[in-house]
Amino acid sequence: MDISDVHKNSNILINSMPYNVVENDLMKPGKGRAIFRLKLKNLLDGSVLERTFHSGDKVDEARVTSHEMQYLYKEGEQYVFMNTETFEQVFLTEKQVGDRSHYLKEGTLVTMVMLEDKPIDLNLPTFVELKVVRSEVSSKSDTITAQNKAATLETGYEVGVPPFVKEGDIIKVDTRTGQYLERVTTKK
Amino acid sequence: MEDRRLIRLKPNLERRALVYEFSRAFFREQGFLEVETPVRLPEIAPELYIAPFQSEGWFLSTSPELHMKRLLAAGYERLFQVSRCFRKGERGRWHNPEFTMLEWYRAGADYRQMVRDTEQLVAAIVRRLKLPAVIFYQGQEIDLTPPWPVVTVRDAFLNAAGWDPIADPDPLRFDTDLVTKVIPGFAPDRPTVLLDYPAPMASLSRLKLGEPQVAERAEVFIGGLELANAYSELADAREQERRFRTEIEQMEKEQGRQMSLPRRFLEAITHLPECGGIALGMDRLVMLFCNADSIEDVMPFTVDTA
Repeated sequence: MDISDVHKNSNILINSMPYNVVENDLMKPGKGRAIFRLKLKNLLDGSVLERTFHSGDKVDEARVTSHEMQYLYKEGEQYVFMNTETFEQVFLTEKQVGDRSHYLKEGTLVTMVMLEDKPIDLNLPTFVELKVVRSEVSSKSDTITAQNKAATLETGYEVGVPPFVKEGDIIKVDTRTGQYLERVTTKK
Repeated sequence: MEDRRLIRLKPNLERRALVYEFSRAFFREQGFLEVETPVRLPEIAPELYIAPFQSEGWFLSTSPELHMKRLLAAGYERLFQVSRCFRKGERGRWHNPEFTMLEWYRAGADYRQMVRDTEQLVAAIVRRLKLPAVIFYQGQEIDLTPPWPVVTVRDAFLNAAGWDPIADPDPLRFDTDLVTKVIPGFAPDRPTVLLDYPAPMASLSRLKLGEPQVAERAEVFIGGLELANAYSELADAREQERRFRTEIEQMEKEQGRQMSLPRRFLEAITHLPECGGIALGMDRLVMLFCNADSIEDVMPFTVDTA
Protein backbone atom coordinates (compact mmCIF):
# COMPACT_ATOMS: atom_id res chain seq x y z
CA MET A 1 0.00 0.00 0.00
CA ASP A 2 1.04 3.63 -0.50
CA ILE A 3 2.41 5.35 2.61
CA SER A 4 -0.31 8.01 2.28
CA ASP A 5 -2.92 5.29 2.91
CA VAL A 6 -1.34 4.32 6.22
CA HIS A 7 -3.26 5.63 9.24
CA LYS A 8 -3.01 5.51 12.96
CA ASN A 9 -3.82 1.90 13.92
CA SER A 10 -2.92 0.45 10.52
CA ASN A 11 -0.83 -2.70 10.68
CA ILE A 12 2.22 -2.85 8.44
CA LEU A 13 5.19 -5.15 7.86
CA ILE A 14 8.77 -3.94 8.26
CA ASN A 15 11.49 -6.52 7.60
CA SER A 16 8.62 -9.07 7.69
CA MET A 17 7.77 -8.11 11.27
CA PRO A 18 4.22 -6.88 11.98
CA TYR A 19 3.84 -3.40 13.48
CA ASN A 20 0.87 -1.38 14.61
CA VAL A 21 0.99 2.35 13.75
CA VAL A 22 0.71 4.18 17.08
CA GLU A 23 1.33 7.68 15.70
CA ASN A 24 1.53 9.06 12.19
CA ASP A 25 2.75 12.65 11.89
CA LEU A 26 2.58 14.29 8.48
CA MET A 27 5.47 16.77 8.35
CA LYS A 28 5.01 18.28 4.94
CA PRO A 29 6.85 21.47 4.03
CA GLY A 30 4.37 23.63 2.06
CA LYS A 31 6.22 23.24 -1.22
CA GLY A 32 8.05 20.01 -0.42
CA ARG A 33 7.54 16.30 -0.25
CA ALA A 34 5.31 14.80 2.37
CA ILE A 35 7.30 13.19 5.15
CA PHE A 36 5.53 10.75 7.42
CA ARG A 37 7.02 10.14 10.85
CA LEU A 38 5.63 6.88 12.17
CA LYS A 39 5.80 5.54 15.68
CA LEU A 40 5.35 1.79 15.49
CA LYS A 41 4.72 -0.95 17.99
CA ASN A 42 5.96 -4.45 17.25
CA LEU A 43 2.96 -6.77 17.49
CA LEU A 44 5.10 -9.71 18.55
CA ASP A 45 7.24 -8.29 21.33
CA GLY A 46 5.73 -4.84 22.02
CA SER A 47 8.96 -2.99 21.24
CA VAL A 48 8.64 0.54 19.82
CA LEU A 49 10.26 1.82 16.65
CA GLU A 50 10.33 5.21 14.88
CA ARG A 51 10.57 5.37 11.10
CA THR A 52 10.42 8.16 8.53
CA PHE A 53 8.79 7.64 5.12
CA HIS A 54 8.44 9.89 2.06
CA SER A 55 5.52 10.45 -0.26
CA GLY A 56 5.49 7.71 -2.87
CA ASP A 57 7.01 5.09 -0.55
CA LYS A 58 5.26 1.74 -0.50
CA VAL A 59 4.82 -0.47 2.53
CA ASP A 60 3.33 -3.93 2.94
CA GLU A 61 0.14 -4.19 4.86
CA ALA A 62 0.20 -6.73 7.67
CA ARG A 63 -3.04 -8.70 7.40
CA VAL A 64 -3.91 -8.93 11.05
CA THR A 65 -7.29 -10.41 11.95
CA SER A 66 -9.08 -11.45 15.14
CA HIS A 67 -10.98 -14.70 15.63
CA GLU A 68 -12.97 -16.21 18.45
CA MET A 69 -11.27 -19.40 19.64
CA GLN A 70 -11.77 -21.90 22.37
CA TYR A 71 -8.90 -23.09 24.52
CA LEU A 72 -8.85 -26.88 24.32
CA TYR A 73 -5.89 -28.24 26.26
CA LYS A 74 -2.17 -28.09 26.74
CA GLU A 75 -0.06 -30.59 24.92
CA GLY A 76 3.59 -30.69 25.92
CA GLU A 77 4.74 -27.08 25.70
CA GLN A 78 1.94 -25.98 23.41
CA TYR A 79 -1.45 -24.54 24.10
CA VAL A 80 -4.06 -25.78 21.66
CA PHE A 81 -6.95 -23.55 20.56
CA MET A 82 -9.82 -24.16 18.16
CA ASN A 83 -11.40 -21.60 15.86
CA THR A 84 -15.10 -21.71 16.79
CA GLU A 85 -16.19 -21.02 13.21
CA THR A 86 -13.85 -23.17 11.14
CA PHE A 87 -12.90 -25.72 13.86
CA GLU A 88 -9.28 -25.34 12.77
CA GLN A 89 -6.72 -25.75 15.51
CA VAL A 90 -3.88 -23.34 16.22
CA PHE A 91 -1.03 -23.52 18.69
CA LEU A 92 0.67 -21.04 20.98
CA THR A 93 3.91 -21.63 22.89
CA GLU A 94 4.29 -21.20 26.65
CA LYS A 95 6.29 -18.05 25.98
CA GLN A 96 3.54 -16.56 23.82
CA VAL A 97 0.89 -17.28 26.43
CA GLY A 98 3.06 -16.16 29.37
CA ASP A 99 1.21 -15.27 32.58
CA ARG A 100 -2.09 -15.46 30.80
CA SER A 101 -1.98 -19.20 31.50
CA HIS A 102 -3.28 -18.20 34.96
CA TYR A 103 -6.70 -17.63 33.45
CA LEU A 104 -6.89 -20.36 30.82
CA LYS A 105 -9.04 -23.30 31.65
CA GLU A 106 -10.33 -25.78 29.14
CA GLY A 107 -13.28 -24.37 27.24
CA THR A 108 -12.44 -20.65 27.78
CA LEU A 109 -13.31 -18.47 24.80
CA VAL A 110 -10.54 -16.05 23.78
CA THR A 111 -9.85 -13.66 20.88
CA MET A 112 -6.90 -14.87 18.85
CA VAL A 113 -4.90 -12.28 16.87
CA MET A 114 -3.63 -13.77 13.62
CA LEU A 115 -1.03 -12.49 11.16
CA GLU A 116 -2.06 -14.17 7.88
CA ASP A 117 -2.63 -17.74 9.21
CA LYS A 118 -0.20 -17.50 12.10
CA PRO A 119 -1.45 -16.86 15.65
CA ILE A 120 0.57 -14.06 17.25
CA ASP A 121 -1.39 -12.91 20.25
CA LEU A 122 -4.29 -13.71 22.47
CA ASN A 123 -6.84 -11.46 24.16
CA LEU A 124 -8.51 -12.86 27.24
CA PRO A 125 -12.04 -12.08 28.34
CA THR A 126 -11.94 -9.32 30.99
CA PHE A 127 -13.47 -11.60 33.61
CA VAL A 128 -13.04 -15.33 34.03
CA GLU A 129 -14.73 -17.71 36.45
CA LEU A 130 -12.41 -20.21 38.10
CA LYS A 131 -12.81 -22.85 40.76
CA VAL A 132 -10.91 -22.72 44.04
CA VAL A 133 -9.11 -26.05 44.46
CA ARG A 134 -7.23 -25.33 47.64
CA SER A 135 -7.58 -22.74 50.39
CA GLU A 136 -6.87 -22.76 54.11
CA VAL A 137 -9.78 -22.51 56.48
CA SER A 138 -9.53 -19.11 58.09
CA SER A 139 -9.49 -18.51 61.78
CA LYS A 140 -12.11 -16.39 63.48
CA SER A 141 -9.88 -13.36 63.92
CA ASP A 142 -9.25 -13.33 60.16
CA THR A 143 -12.96 -13.07 59.51
CA ILE A 144 -13.22 -10.09 61.80
CA THR A 145 -10.35 -8.17 60.23
CA ALA A 146 -11.41 -9.27 56.74
CA GLN A 147 -7.83 -10.12 55.87
CA ASN A 148 -7.41 -11.87 52.55
CA LYS A 149 -6.05 -15.37 52.45
CA ALA A 150 -4.36 -17.32 49.69
CA ALA A 151 -6.36 -19.61 47.41
CA THR A 152 -5.15 -21.84 44.60
CA LEU A 153 -7.38 -21.97 41.54
CA GLU A 154 -7.95 -24.80 39.10
CA THR A 155 -5.38 -23.31 36.67
CA GLY A 156 -2.71 -23.37 39.37
CA TYR A 157 -2.93 -19.59 39.85
CA GLU A 158 -2.72 -18.35 43.42
CA VAL A 159 -4.88 -15.36 44.33
CA GLY A 160 -5.88 -13.49 47.50
CA VAL A 161 -9.53 -14.11 48.43
CA PRO A 162 -11.75 -13.05 51.38
CA PRO A 163 -11.88 -15.50 54.29
CA PHE A 164 -15.40 -16.74 53.45
CA VAL A 165 -14.27 -18.29 50.17
CA LYS A 166 -13.97 -22.07 50.46
CA GLU A 167 -12.51 -24.89 48.39
CA GLY A 168 -14.93 -25.81 45.63
CA ASP A 169 -16.31 -22.26 45.30
CA ILE A 170 -16.29 -20.59 41.87
CA ILE A 171 -14.90 -17.07 41.91
CA LYS A 172 -14.68 -14.27 39.34
CA VAL A 173 -11.19 -12.89 38.56
CA ASP A 174 -10.32 -9.70 36.62
CA THR A 175 -7.72 -10.70 34.01
CA ARG A 176 -6.44 -7.10 33.68
CA THR A 177 -5.38 -6.89 37.32
CA GLY A 178 -5.26 -10.56 38.34
CA GLN A 179 -7.45 -9.70 41.36
CA TYR A 180 -10.38 -11.51 42.94
CA LEU A 181 -13.68 -9.75 42.22
CA GLU A 182 -16.52 -11.80 43.69
CA ARG A 183 -17.77 -15.24 44.55
CA VAL A 184 -20.03 -16.64 41.85
CA THR A 185 -21.26 -19.88 43.44
CA THR A 186 -20.47 -21.61 46.66
CA LYS A 187 -20.17 -25.29 47.25
CA LYS A 188 -23.18 -26.56 49.16
CA MET B 1 -20.27 13.63 21.39
CA GLU B 2 -20.16 16.16 18.54
CA ASP B 3 -21.97 18.78 20.63
CA ARG B 4 -19.38 18.49 23.36
CA ARG B 5 -16.53 18.82 20.90
CA LEU B 6 -18.04 21.90 19.27
CA ILE B 7 -18.81 23.57 22.58
CA ARG B 8 -15.25 22.93 23.74
CA LEU B 9 -13.97 24.68 20.58
CA LYS B 10 -16.02 27.82 21.14
CA PRO B 11 -13.29 29.99 22.76
CA ASN B 12 -10.93 29.07 19.90
CA LEU B 13 -13.53 29.83 17.23
CA GLU B 14 -14.23 33.19 18.88
CA ARG B 15 -10.54 33.99 18.87
CA ARG B 16 -10.32 32.82 15.28
CA ALA B 17 -12.97 35.36 14.28
CA LEU B 18 -10.98 38.11 16.01
CA VAL B 19 -7.75 37.11 14.25
CA TYR B 20 -9.62 37.40 10.93
CA GLU B 21 -11.10 40.77 11.88
CA PHE B 22 -7.75 42.21 13.03
CA SER B 23 -5.90 40.86 9.98
CA ARG B 24 -8.39 42.52 7.64
CA ALA B 25 -8.18 45.78 9.59
CA PHE B 26 -4.37 45.68 9.42
CA PHE B 27 -4.37 45.44 5.63
CA ARG B 28 -7.18 47.92 5.06
CA GLU B 29 -5.35 50.52 7.16
CA GLN B 30 -2.31 50.15 4.91
CA GLY B 31 -4.29 50.66 1.75
CA PHE B 32 -4.56 47.02 0.66
CA LEU B 33 -7.62 46.00 -1.32
CA GLU B 34 -9.33 42.78 -0.31
CA VAL B 35 -10.19 40.66 -3.34
CA GLU B 36 -11.82 37.34 -4.07
CA THR B 37 -10.57 35.16 -6.91
CA PRO B 38 -12.09 31.84 -8.05
CA VAL B 39 -11.90 28.78 -5.86
CA ARG B 40 -12.65 26.56 -8.87
CA LEU B 41 -10.17 27.22 -11.65
CA PRO B 42 -9.30 25.98 -15.13
CA GLU B 43 -5.54 26.33 -14.60
CA ILE B 44 -3.16 26.13 -11.67
CA ALA B 45 0.60 26.37 -11.24
CA PRO B 46 2.23 22.98 -11.78
CA GLU B 47 3.87 22.14 -8.48
CA LEU B 48 5.43 18.71 -8.01
CA TYR B 49 4.39 18.17 -4.40
CA ILE B 50 1.03 19.90 -4.34
CA ALA B 51 -1.77 17.63 -5.52
CA PRO B 52 -4.99 19.33 -6.65
CA PHE B 53 -8.55 18.02 -6.40
CA GLN B 54 -10.30 17.76 -9.77
CA SER B 55 -13.64 19.44 -10.28
CA GLU B 56 -15.47 18.63 -13.54
CA GLY B 57 -12.24 18.93 -15.51
CA TRP B 58 -11.16 22.08 -13.62
CA PHE B 59 -9.33 22.25 -10.30
CA LEU B 60 -10.11 23.36 -6.79
CA SER B 61 -7.69 26.15 -5.94
CA THR B 62 -4.40 25.07 -4.36
CA SER B 63 -3.43 28.73 -3.92
CA PRO B 64 -4.82 32.08 -5.15
CA GLU B 65 -1.39 33.10 -6.46
CA LEU B 66 -1.93 33.07 -10.23
CA HIS B 67 -5.12 35.13 -10.22
CA MET B 68 -3.77 37.64 -7.73
CA LYS B 69 -0.73 38.15 -9.94
CA ARG B 70 -3.03 38.69 -12.91
CA LEU B 71 -4.61 41.54 -10.93
CA LEU B 72 -1.17 42.95 -10.14
CA ALA B 73 -0.25 42.75 -13.80
CA ALA B 74 -3.33 44.87 -14.52
CA GLY B 75 -2.05 47.59 -12.21
CA TYR B 76 -3.40 46.77 -8.71
CA GLU B 77 -0.58 47.55 -6.28
CA ARG B 78 -1.63 46.26 -2.88
CA LEU B 79 -3.88 43.24 -2.66
CA PHE B 80 -4.86 40.73 -0.04
CA GLN B 81 -7.15 37.75 0.05
CA VAL B 82 -8.41 35.28 2.62
CA SER B 83 -9.18 32.19 0.61
CA ARG B 84 -9.94 28.53 0.90
CA CYS B 85 -7.32 26.27 -0.62
CA PHE B 86 -7.46 22.55 -1.27
CA ARG B 87 -4.57 20.11 -1.35
CA LYS B 88 -5.11 16.41 -1.74
CA GLY B 89 -3.74 14.01 0.85
CA GLU B 90 -2.62 16.64 3.33
CA ARG B 91 -4.01 15.51 6.65
CA GLY B 92 -2.19 15.56 9.96
CA ARG B 93 -1.74 17.54 13.14
CA TRP B 94 -0.84 20.66 11.10
CA HIS B 95 -2.75 19.88 7.91
CA ASN B 96 -6.28 19.60 6.63
CA PRO B 97 -6.90 19.09 2.90
CA GLU B 98 -9.16 22.18 2.94
CA PHE B 99 -7.59 25.15 4.71
CA THR B 100 -7.45 28.93 4.72
CA MET B 101 -4.66 30.97 3.19
CA LEU B 102 -4.05 34.64 3.82
CA GLU B 103 -2.16 35.88 0.79
CA TRP B 104 -0.97 39.41 0.03
CA TYR B 105 1.06 41.22 -2.61
CA ARG B 106 2.86 44.54 -2.72
CA ALA B 107 4.11 46.14 -5.91
CA GLY B 108 7.68 47.43 -5.63
CA ALA B 109 8.48 45.17 -2.67
CA ASP B 110 10.79 42.18 -2.24
CA TYR B 111 10.66 39.05 -0.06
CA ARG B 112 12.28 40.78 2.92
CA GLN B 113 9.57 43.44 2.90
CA MET B 114 6.92 40.68 2.92
CA VAL B 115 8.53 39.22 6.05
CA ARG B 116 8.47 42.69 7.65
CA ASP B 117 4.76 42.91 6.81
CA THR B 118 4.26 39.57 8.56
CA GLU B 119 6.09 40.81 11.66
CA GLN B 120 3.87 43.90 11.74
CA LEU B 121 0.71 41.88 11.11
CA VAL B 122 1.48 39.50 13.98
CA ALA B 123 2.41 42.42 16.27
CA ALA B 124 -0.87 44.16 15.41
CA ILE B 125 -2.92 41.04 16.19
CA VAL B 126 -1.06 40.56 19.48
CA ARG B 127 -1.81 44.16 20.41
CA ARG B 128 -5.47 44.02 19.49
CA LEU B 129 -5.98 40.70 21.26
CA LYS B 130 -4.45 42.47 24.29
CA LEU B 131 -1.82 39.75 24.63
CA PRO B 132 1.70 40.35 25.91
CA ALA B 133 4.49 40.31 23.29
CA VAL B 134 5.68 37.06 24.83
CA ILE B 135 3.04 34.42 24.23
CA PHE B 136 2.82 30.92 25.62
CA TYR B 137 2.59 28.15 23.05
CA GLN B 138 2.68 24.45 23.89
CA GLY B 139 4.62 24.93 27.10
CA GLN B 140 7.07 27.37 25.51
CA GLU B 141 7.36 31.14 25.86
CA ILE B 142 7.76 32.80 22.46
CA ASP B 143 8.79 36.43 22.13
CA LEU B 144 7.03 37.80 19.04
CA THR B 145 8.64 41.26 19.12
CA PRO B 146 9.95 42.34 15.70
CA PRO B 147 12.39 42.12 14.09
CA TRP B 148 12.57 38.34 14.00
CA PRO B 149 15.88 36.47 13.83
CA VAL B 150 16.93 35.60 10.30
CA VAL B 151 19.05 32.69 9.10
CA THR B 152 19.96 31.68 5.57
CA VAL B 153 19.13 28.19 4.33
CA ARG B 154 22.84 27.59 3.82
CA ASP B 155 23.80 28.47 7.41
CA ALA B 156 20.83 26.67 8.96
CA PHE B 157 21.63 23.46 7.06
CA LEU B 158 25.38 23.63 7.66
CA ASN B 159 24.63 24.07 11.32
CA ALA B 160 21.90 21.48 11.91
CA ALA B 161 22.48 18.94 9.13
CA GLY B 162 26.13 19.41 8.17
CA TRP B 163 25.75 20.10 4.43
CA ASP B 164 25.19 22.98 2.04
CA PRO B 165 22.02 22.65 -0.05
CA ILE B 166 22.92 25.71 -2.15
CA ALA B 167 26.23 24.31 -3.38
CA ASP B 168 24.77 20.81 -3.69
CA PRO B 169 21.01 20.82 -4.24
CA ASP B 170 19.33 17.56 -3.20
CA PRO B 171 15.58 18.10 -2.83
CA LEU B 172 14.77 14.77 -1.14
CA ARG B 173 17.47 15.16 1.46
CA PHE B 174 16.48 18.83 1.82
CA ASP B 175 12.85 18.11 2.75
CA THR B 176 13.78 15.33 5.17
CA ASP B 177 16.52 17.26 6.94
CA LEU B 178 14.39 20.40 7.01
CA VAL B 179 11.64 18.75 9.06
CA THR B 180 13.76 16.33 11.10
CA LYS B 181 16.86 18.44 11.83
CA VAL B 182 16.69 22.09 10.78
CA ILE B 183 13.26 23.16 12.11
CA PRO B 184 13.68 21.30 15.43
CA GLY B 185 17.01 23.13 15.81
CA PHE B 186 15.49 26.65 15.68
CA ALA B 187 15.54 28.65 18.91
CA PRO B 188 12.16 27.78 20.48
CA ASP B 189 11.61 31.14 22.15
CA ARG B 190 11.62 33.30 18.97
CA PRO B 191 10.14 33.13 15.47
CA THR B 192 12.69 32.17 12.80
CA VAL B 193 12.91 33.52 9.28
CA LEU B 194 14.62 31.07 6.96
CA LEU B 195 15.67 32.65 3.68
CA ASP B 196 17.56 32.30 0.40
CA TYR B 197 16.42 28.90 -0.84
CA PRO B 198 18.16 26.78 -3.46
CA ALA B 199 17.10 28.07 -6.88
CA PRO B 200 15.45 24.77 -7.99
CA MET B 201 13.14 24.91 -4.96
CA ALA B 202 11.27 28.11 -5.72
CA SER B 203 9.74 27.92 -9.18
CA LEU B 204 7.76 31.16 -8.83
CA SER B 205 10.41 33.38 -7.29
CA ARG B 206 13.11 35.64 -8.59
CA LEU B 207 16.77 34.62 -8.34
CA LYS B 208 19.15 36.71 -6.30
CA LEU B 209 21.08 39.29 -8.29
CA GLY B 210 24.67 38.11 -8.70
CA GLU B 211 23.89 34.81 -6.94
CA PRO B 212 21.81 32.78 -9.40
CA GLN B 213 21.94 29.56 -7.34
CA VAL B 214 19.83 31.30 -4.66
CA ALA B 215 16.13 32.19 -4.93
CA GLU B 216 14.62 35.14 -3.08
CA ARG B 217 12.30 33.03 -1.01
CA ALA B 218 11.72 33.23 2.75
CA GLU B 219 9.73 31.16 5.20
CA VAL B 220 8.53 32.10 8.66
CA PHE B 221 8.46 29.50 11.46
CA ILE B 222 6.93 30.04 14.88
CA GLY B 223 6.74 27.36 17.54
CA GLY B 224 7.87 24.72 15.04
CA LEU B 225 5.00 25.65 12.69
CA GLU B 226 5.70 26.63 9.10
CA LEU B 227 3.59 29.76 9.00
CA ALA B 228 4.26 31.73 5.81
CA ASN B 229 6.15 31.55 2.53
CA ALA B 230 7.35 34.72 0.77
CA TYR B 231 8.81 35.41 -2.67
CA SER B 232 10.27 38.25 -4.58
CA GLU B 233 7.98 37.35 -7.45
CA LEU B 234 9.40 36.22 -10.76
CA ALA B 235 8.21 38.70 -13.39
CA ASP B 236 9.94 37.14 -16.39
CA ALA B 237 7.28 35.30 -18.42
CA ARG B 238 9.75 33.29 -20.51
CA GLU B 239 11.74 32.15 -17.52
CA GLN B 240 8.49 31.28 -15.74
CA GLU B 241 7.31 29.16 -18.69
CA ARG B 242 10.64 27.36 -18.84
CA ARG B 243 10.44 26.49 -15.11
CA PHE B 244 6.82 25.31 -15.40
CA ARG B 245 7.79 23.06 -18.32
CA THR B 246 10.57 21.50 -16.24
CA GLU B 247 8.13 20.94 -13.37
CA ILE B 248 5.54 19.36 -15.71
CA GLU B 249 8.15 17.03 -17.23
CA GLN B 250 9.30 15.91 -13.80
CA MET B 251 5.69 15.39 -12.72
CA GLU B 252 5.04 13.12 -15.70
CA LYS B 253 8.26 11.20 -15.23
CA GLU B 254 8.09 10.71 -11.46
CA GLN B 255 4.36 10.57 -10.80
CA GLY B 256 2.71 9.87 -14.14
CA ARG B 257 0.66 13.05 -13.58
CA GLN B 258 -0.39 15.21 -16.56
CA MET B 259 -0.76 18.95 -16.31
CA SER B 260 -0.88 21.75 -18.83
CA LEU B 261 0.70 25.19 -18.75
CA PRO B 262 -1.37 27.98 -17.17
CA ARG B 263 -1.62 30.00 -20.38
CA ARG B 264 -3.65 32.99 -19.22
CA PHE B 265 -1.30 33.50 -16.31
CA LEU B 266 1.79 33.30 -18.51
CA GLU B 267 0.31 35.84 -20.91
CA ALA B 268 -0.59 38.22 -18.07
CA ILE B 269 2.75 38.24 -16.27
CA THR B 270 4.52 39.89 -19.17
CA HIS B 271 3.09 43.02 -17.44
CA LEU B 272 3.79 41.95 -13.85
CA PRO B 273 5.58 44.75 -11.97
CA GLU B 274 8.40 44.03 -9.57
CA CYS B 275 6.55 42.80 -6.48
CA GLY B 276 6.65 40.66 -3.39
CA GLY B 277 4.04 38.14 -2.31
CA ILE B 278 3.44 35.95 0.69
CA ALA B 279 1.04 33.20 1.70
CA LEU B 280 0.28 32.62 5.36
CA GLY B 281 -1.57 29.63 6.82
CA MET B 282 -4.44 31.25 8.75
CA ASP B 283 -5.37 28.07 10.60
CA ARG B 284 -1.85 27.80 11.94
CA LEU B 285 -1.75 31.47 12.94
CA VAL B 286 -4.95 30.86 14.89
CA MET B 287 -3.42 27.70 16.45
CA LEU B 288 -0.59 29.85 17.72
CA PHE B 289 -2.91 32.35 19.38
CA CYS B 290 -5.12 29.59 20.83
CA ASN B 291 -2.20 27.52 22.13
CA ALA B 292 -3.68 24.69 20.06
CA ASP B 293 -1.64 21.59 19.43
CA SER B 294 -3.68 20.40 16.46
CA ILE B 295 -5.42 22.07 13.53
CA GLU B 296 -8.65 20.30 14.46
CA ASP B 297 -8.77 22.46 17.61
CA VAL B 298 -9.26 25.63 15.55
CA MET B 299 -11.65 24.29 12.88
CA PRO B 300 -15.19 23.24 13.73
CA PHE B 301 -15.15 20.53 11.06
CA THR B 302 -12.11 18.86 9.52
CA VAL B 303 -12.07 16.26 6.78
CA ASP B 304 -12.58 13.63 9.50
CA THR B 305 -15.62 15.26 11.10
CA ALA B 306 -17.24 16.97 8.10
